[in-house]
Amino acid sequence: MDHDRPDPPARRLMEPMMVAAAMTLGLGALAGLAAYSVLAPARQARQARPRADDAPGRTAKRSRLGDYAVTGKTVTIAKPRAEVFAFWRDFSNLARFMESIEAVTQGADGIQTWTIKAPLGASVAVTTRLVNERDGEQIAWRSTEDSAVDTEGKVMFRDAPAGRGTVVEAIISWKPRGGEAGRLLAMLFQQDPTTQARRDLKRMKMLIETGEIATSRNRKEAA
Amino acid sequence: MRALTYHGKMDVRVDTHPDPAIVNPRDAIIEITSTAICGSDLHLFDAVIPGVLKGDILGHEFMGIVVETGRDSTLQKGQRVVVPFTISCGQCFHCQKQQFSACDNSNPVENQDLTQPLYGHPMSGAFGYSHLTGGYPGGQADYVRVPFSDVGPIVIPDGLDDEQVLFLSDILPTGWMAADNADIEPGDTVVVWGAGPVGLFCAQSARIMGAEQVIVIDHYPHRLDLARGLGCKIIDYSQTSVLEALMEMTGGIGADAVIDAVGMESHGWANFNLVDTLKQKIGIGADRGGALRQAILACRKGGRVSMPGVYGGMLDKFPLGAFMEKGLTLKTGQTHVQKYSHDLLRRIQEGEIDTTFLISHRLSLEDAPHGYDQFRNNQNEWTKVILKPGMEKAKTTTVKAEGSHA
Repeated sequence: MDHDRPDPPARRLMEPMMVAAAMTLGLGALAGLAAYSVLAPARQARQARPRADDAPGRTAKRSRLGDYAVTGKTVTIAKPRAEVFAFWRDFSNLARFMESIEAVTQGADGIQTWTIKAPLGASVAVTTRLVNERDGEQIAWRSTEDSAVDTEGKVMFRDAPAGRGTVVEAIISWKPRGGEAGRLLAMLFQQDPTTQARRDLKRMKMLIETGEIATSRNRKEAA
Repeated sequence: MRALTYHGKMDVRVDTHPDPAIVNPRDAIIEITSTAICGSDLHLFDAVIPGVLKGDILGHEFMGIVVETGRDSTLQKGQRVVVPFTISCGQCFHCQKQQFSACDNSNPVENQDLTQPLYGHPMSGAFGYSHLTGGYPGGQADYVRVPFSDVGPIVIPDGLDDEQVLFLSDILPTGWMAADNADIEPGDTVVVWGAGPVGLFCAQSARIMGAEQVIVIDHYPHRLDLARGLGCKIIDYSQTSVLEALMEMTGGIGADAVIDAVGMESHGWANFNLVDTLKQKIGIGADRGGALRQAILACRKGGRVSMPGVYGGMLDKFPLGAFMEKGLTLKTGQTHVQKYSHDLLRRIQEGEIDTTFLISHRLSLEDAPHGYDQFRNNQNEWTKVILKPGMEKAKTTTVKAEGSHA
């Protein structure tokens, strides 16, 4: 019977994505918008107009700093700031919601080694050092010189308005291995920092707000 | 376990799947005693909702007995519960505002990526629907895993039959919320498009909320009879010029509130519905919005539009000018079931609301594919189908589609 031979996971994931993509692309009304979003950055770059709005710099249509790719994601968590900060500061919690983290080891002098899953089953060791920590507000890190990936980032915490909890904002810059082509390849496998940051922050929100991470699986082991 | 399984367009079968187990601390496992086929299941059957995959277990209207509980579930083994079709954590910003169907935390993050680009925001989780809403296995099965079981399921007191309370899972609160969204005032005429189960519950709810007159529009005689049995007036759009009739039936004012209980597979060829149908046939993500267009034209100046009908994609020829120039208000959304559960259960217990009048057929789970076929193709007589996993195969009981209840 068919359920005894499930489709490979990749196909099960890709199919709805392709449906979603086809649906979006198939709509004539959106074609103009798509063309605009492709053409507009080039036009903007030519004009080199200084930024004049209040949006975070990383949301610009060209968000690169030289060879570095930059990504950032913000999420609001309905819990007090002290609680959310303490959860992140306990680094053993990170592997609970960061999908790509295989292990974190704590070395001397505040050096941490992160074993991170990379495309095609490989893994990468990234060593970082905390460069700035303000209690309840910010944690910033930078990779050491011998790290396999050149990266730096910070996560910031601030009170959300009107008792809505805590706004968590993570910004990561990194030098993609294999340059722009490498970045696109990682994106294709959903293992680029942009996709991971988006998903990891949502998982963290689930874990802190509800105590668990939502899954539609019917059993713990693969059925 | 046995479960109704999607195989492709108009192809559902009852297959054997592994039994579900507790995965997360707040889970519970429910043994299904009754489950229903919903009109929105037909949208899946017709393959007009994207992201339904071969092997998916369908069904989002179900109830049963608690047989297993996770560490943080508040349910107890042996309790009888009805489970809302929406999955809600109860703790996020939206759940705290009682916008349960907008829960941030119930759709697995990988699936949230599917609707973020389509809708601007990811959708919440729901049972037995599309992978856009999480791909959760549904309740047309022997067993179902219920996440966040401390928030959703409502415990049913002894003395109430399954059929009196099963529709608390979806269509009763959906009809009730649609009437609530119509902001009914004394003297109002409320017009409901579609005399399906949700439309009938909209009409019943609007009457309870004090509408002066409720007018229900459809073309199936038996379904219109059910509406008349609720004390509503009816219009058969195949015989009557709807817009003209509504003006004449409201003293030339028009409907104070209109409710579109039809959704994306609107029947008929008027109101640009033919073009929508062709686009849907070739699969370019178009909704069929004939009923909605007519409802907006029928709504009086400053009136209210309530839209419980399901839509998934894009709609052309939306009468935006009429909508703006008449100053209409539109309220819609998937149902915030948990917000209404307890109030509606009380109204059922007190005899104010009867939910059993629209049940036409009871089938064994094994006969579910036949139920889908008939519910889709024989809509006049098959008004609502209940599936019983415990029932023996081919022991269908039928309530004959007789005439008027009035």
